Amino acid sequence: MGKRVGIEVSIAAADAVASANVDVVAAYPITPQTHIVEHLSELVNNGELDAEFIPVESEHSAMSVCCGSSAAGARTFTCTSSQGLALMNEIVFIAPGLRLPIVMILANRSLSGPLSIWNDHTDVMSIRDCGWIQVFAETGQEVYDHVLFSFRVAEDPAVSLPVILNMDGFILTHVIEPIEYWEPGQVKRYLPDFKPVNALDPDHPTTVGAFGLPGIYSEAKKAQDEALIHSKPHILKAWEELGQVVGRHYKPVETHLTEGAETVFLTMGSIGQTVAMAVEALRDRGEPAGLVKLRLWRPFPFEELRQALRGAKRVIVIDRAISYGGTGGPVASEVRSALYGEEHMPAVTNFICGLAGRDVTPEDYIAMYQRSLEMTQGKVGQEDFVFYGVRE
Amino acid sequence: MKSEEELSWKDLEVGCVISDPGNASQYRTGDWRSMRPVVNKEHCIRCGVCYIFCPDMAIHQTPEGYFEADLYYCKGCGICQQECITGCISMVPEEE
Repeated sequence: MGKRVGIEVSIAAADAVASANVDVVAAYPITPQTHIVEHLSELVNNGELDAEFIPVESEHSAMSVCCGSSAAGARTFTCTSSQGLALMNEIVFIAPGLRLPIVMILANRSLSGPLSIWNDHTDVMSIRDCGWIQVFAETGQEVYDHVLFSFRVAEDPAVSLPVILNMDGFILTHVIEPIEYWEPGQVKRYLPDFKPVNALDPDHPTTVGAFGLPGIYSEAKKAQDEALIHSKPHILKAWEELGQVVGRHYKPVETHLTEGAETVFLTMGSIGQTVAMAVEALRDRGEPAGLVKLRLWRPFPFEELRQALRGAKRVIVIDRAISYGGTGGPVASEVRSALYGEEHMPAVTNFICGLAGRDVTPEDYIAMYQRSLEMTQGKVGQEDFVFYGVRE
Repeated sequence: MKSEEELSWKDLEVGCVISDPGNASQYRTGDWRSMRPVVNKEHCIRCGVCYIFCPDMAIHQTPEGYFEADLYYCKGCGICQQECITGCISMVPEEE
C-alpha cells in the first residue's frame, strides 16, 4: 500500500502525472489549474521528471503540441480550465478524430461573461460532443487514481482515444485532502509502456490529419463514434484492474442509499459529497431518498444508469451548466433521453445550481427534494427546470 | 485498394491515417471541373507552355507531340488557356 499524505489535490494530481512517467507536458497556466502545471514544471526543472515541459504561448498551441507529440508516440499530458479550454477548442475536436491518446485534466470553471474564475461545469459542457472519453472525479483520491486510469484507458491499443479528467476547480484543486500515493511497483503493474497504434516514423511514412471529402467523412465519423462506444468494456476493465492494484473500486455509475429509494438525486463531480449528506439526513427522517453519481460522462453509460434508476419514482438531476434557450441542464437532457421509453419511467426534475462556485448546502438539496415532490405531485406547475436559489 | 466510394467505416485505418504514401494520385480532382480545355491542333505549335504552367501537372504530351489534359485530374482552372501563346486552347463548358 502506498503512503497516505495530506496534500493539495493539484499537487497530488501533478505527482500522479509524474508517476506515470509522462514524456511531454504542454500547458498554459490558468486559474484554477495553475498549481498542477506549476508543479509539473518544477519537477521537470529539478530533474525529478524526465519529460519535455513546453511552455506554450496559448492553449490553442498547447493542444496543437499535444497532438504532435502524441502522434510522435510520446505519452502526453495537458491541463486547462474555462477560457483556456475555449481557446483550445479547435484542436480539442481533432485529437479524437486522429485517435491520439492525450490525457487532459480539466479544472472545471465557469465561462465568461460575466468573467468568473469559480467552479461549475459550463466549460466541459461546451465541448460535450468533442469525442473524448470524459470522466468526473468526486474527491482528491479519485483525481489521483484517475490520472493513472486515464493514461491506461487512453493508450489501450483497443481504445486509442484522448481522455478528459474533470476535477472541480477550487473545490478539488485547492483543498488539502488525505491522498494515498501509488507505489512505483503499482504504477508499473497497472500502466504498461505507451505503444502507439500509429506513430510518426521516417521509415514508415504516413499522413496524419488528411482531409476527408463528402464521400468518406461520414464513414470517418461513424468509425470514431464506434471507437468511443466500444471503449467502454476497456474502461470497465481498467477500473476493475485498478481495484485489484490499489483496492479502490470505481464504476461508471455509483449508487448511495438507492435501495428502496423513491426519489433519487443524480450528480456529477464533487457535489456528490454534499448531496450524500443531504440524502443521509433525509433517510434519517424516514424519507426514501437516494443518490446516483455519474462518473463516466462519455461514453454515456446508458445501461448502468437505467439499472441504477430502476424502481425510482422521480429523479432530481443537479446540473451545473445551462443549455441556454433549451431544455435546462445538459445532464438532465441526457438522463431524460436515456430513460425515455423505459417502463415506469421516473419523473425527471432538474435543478441548475452551484454556478460559478455559489455554495449549495445539504439544506439546499433538502429544499430541492421537497420542491421536486411538489412538482411531481401537481402542487405547483411542472417546470422544465428550476434555477435554484436565484433571487427574483 | 478500394476506391473512396467503396470504403466502409470498418475499412478505415485508426485515426484515418494514410499509410500508403502517394495515394493522392487516386483522387479524382477532375470532379471539380465545370470547363474543359480543348486544343485546336491547327494552331498548336507544340511549345509545351500549357504543360509548364498547369498547376496540377495534369497535362501530358502525346506521341504526336501535342499536349492534352488528363481529365481525371484537370480541374478546369483555365490557366493553360490564359498562358497559351497561340490562343489555340478554348475552355468548353461541361454540359452533363
